[in-house]
Amino acid sequence: MSAPTSSAPDNHGRFGAYGGRYVPETLMFALRQLAEHYEQARQDPVFQEEFERYLRHYVGRPSPLYFAERLTREAGGARIYLKREDLNHTGAHKINNCIGQALLTRRMGKPRVIAETGAGQHGVASATACALFGLECQVYMGEEDVRRQKLNVFKMKALGSKVVSVTTGSRTLRDAINEALRDWMATVEHTHYIIGSVVGPHPFPVMVRDFQSVIGREARLQCLEEVGRLPDVVVACVGGGSNSAGMFYPFLADRSVELVGVEAGGRGADPGEHAATLGHGQPGVLHGSYSYVLQDDDGQTAPVHSVSAGLDYPGVGPEHSFWKDSGRVRYTSVSDADALSNFHLCARLEGILPALETAHAVVEAMRLAAKRAKEDVIVVCFSGRGDKDCYEVARLEGEEI
Amino acid sequence: MNPIDQLFGRLRAQGRKAFIAFLTAGDPDLATTLAAGRELVRAGTDLLEIGFPYSDPIADGPVIQASYTRALERGLRLDDVFACVRQLADNPEVASRERERPDKPTPLVAMVSYSLIHRRGPEAFLRQAQQAGLSGAIVPDLPVEEAEPLGELAAARDFKLIHLVTPTTPRDRALRIARCSTGFLYCVSVTGITGERDALPEQLREQLAWLRGQTDLPLCVGFGISRPEQVRMLRDCADGVIVGSAIVRRLEQAATRPLPEVLDEVRALVRGLTSAL
Repeated sequence: MSAPTSSAPDNHGRFGAYGGRYVPETLMFALRQLAEHYEQARQDPVFQEEFERYLRHYVGRPSPLYFAERLTREAGGARIYLKREDLNHTGAHKINNCIGQALLTRRMGKPRVIAETGAGQHGVASATACALFGLECQVYMGEEDVRRQKLNVFKMKALGSKVVSVTTGSRTLRDAINEALRDWMATVEHTHYIIGSVVGPHPFPVMVRDFQSVIGREARLQCLEEVGRLPDVVVACVGGGSNSAGMFYPFLADRSVELVGVEAGGRGADPGEHAATLGHGQPGVLHGSYSYVLQDDDGQTAPVHSVSAGLDYPGVGPEHSFWKDSGRVRYTSVSDADALSNFHLCARLEGILPALETAHAVVEAMRLAAKRAKEDVIVVCFSGRGDKDCYEVARLEGEEI
Repeated sequence: MNPIDQLFGRLRAQGRKAFIAFLTAGDPDLATTLAAGRELVRAGTDLLEIGFPYSDPIADGPVIQASYTRALERGLRLDDVFACVRQLADNPEVASRERERPDKPTPLVAMVSYSLIHRRGPEAFLRQAQQAGLSGAIVPDLPVEEAEPLGELAAARDFKLIHLVTPTTPRDRALRIARCSTGFLYCVSVTGITGERDALPEQLREQLAWLRGQTDLPLCVGFGISRPEQVRMLRDCADGVIVGSAIVRRLEQAATRPLPEVLDEVRALVRGLTSAL
């Protein structure tokens, strides 16, 4: 196992200036309790062994590190390897975190779980983990997303979860998080909130990063074994930032490895046309933590857009803000159009349908590969499979399914 | 002297309790907010809490959140809120209820997310708030751990930063919060968000009695209060009650009904509640 050298976060959950806890007093007790339980669990070999056992036998880890020969040839430069999180049970990296937090919920003796979901991947992963451990589960999902992601709504219900359609505010992921936090305010004594990304108040950003770090730890070892050395570049997409945080974290101390985060460039740089929080936002407070935010001059959260429902979030995890300012990670963005055409390219060249989130990362990896020598190695976090996006891609291209 | 200190000093001397009313700035419009603020004071409100609309108010229940969303959808800006507060503060009836208490202004307090304060810049926000006639602020998403810098800036201006204690707050923590809070202590009656409730928990009286022995700050109880019997339950153990959603729910109807009718209902509500104090 690698030894990441980061002192962040401090005891107040600060990654440099970012993070912290900007939440109503009602939640402070639960957050303190959660931080204590998590710290104990983190140091408890029994907990960690159980977590690893479920990851291996239930999730199907380790996920392969796959040399994408035809994408490499197409890009015409560095070798591109895909860390295949799409092959996990439920089809994305989200399940790693949900298994960890569900185990922690059981350890805390809480019988009920709530979760928010945008595209539905985290909702399905939460519903799955709750079914596995016999926990009651309620998932908040924006009304708009319920309409767009009917299949995932059906899956969550089939897994025994209740899906609540959120009709407040913008009726998307942001409001689903607000509603989940409101539920938690009233139910905190017997309910745990499985947040789906490295966002929210401390200890969520550090806890979710830790549970997702299995991605980067495996990728690092696999690269050393298969290629014989560390990669030159690691690329991952960034919405809230959980797959990228889990991918980057174990590589932080490897200064030779360039880390690149890819945000949703959407339709352009105007407000409301993209979801590139680190590219266009500024530090502010949203959903309980201090981090880059897309907001207007008054501090009201701005509307966002991305073709990918998993990336259209106006905030980002505080550790990413820290990495951006420190220069350790470079953040860039990829447009809707490029992500969409990459969806087809991956499908035709590799026989893999990428999630539209993932396609953003692959686009950037191919661009970087084209500029690099053939001996160079680029590892992409292939965060999820594209089955969930088929309806949306078909709709955008005027096809009926 | 800060008008909030004046108010509670006066009420204590008279053996009275404070009635605190909450209304959302700009819902359904700023003219209604002005008319309603005036009406609330006329009906016996001692302190007005003014909600600054915010896009993601996680501590608020559906009624107040919806009022924020409506106000923002109409294009309300932060500077509009400050201008409205200034007009309210200048209103003769708000500035002093002359017959009863000459030169005794009704204190105005902001309920505002830290997101808005941070974006404006804490110093700039406080300066503008004071210029608008606000005497203090409640920042529901700024727990004591994060509040020190803002608290110091506010203290230097004699601007009150009112903190909240909740049923889930352990006692050692409640003491810390009471030490940081100025003006009064906002005691949240229930575990959860704002909004009207049928009953208040029994342990609330216990917590208030304990707090009473620990701090000299006025204790004001909010979240879930809309009925005279709730006010009667609280009047012996608190220094004030805060009513929000029950007022906002009535005021929102001003969008579709004649304003005088709506204000009549608000007045009836407030009279009913203040008579129970």
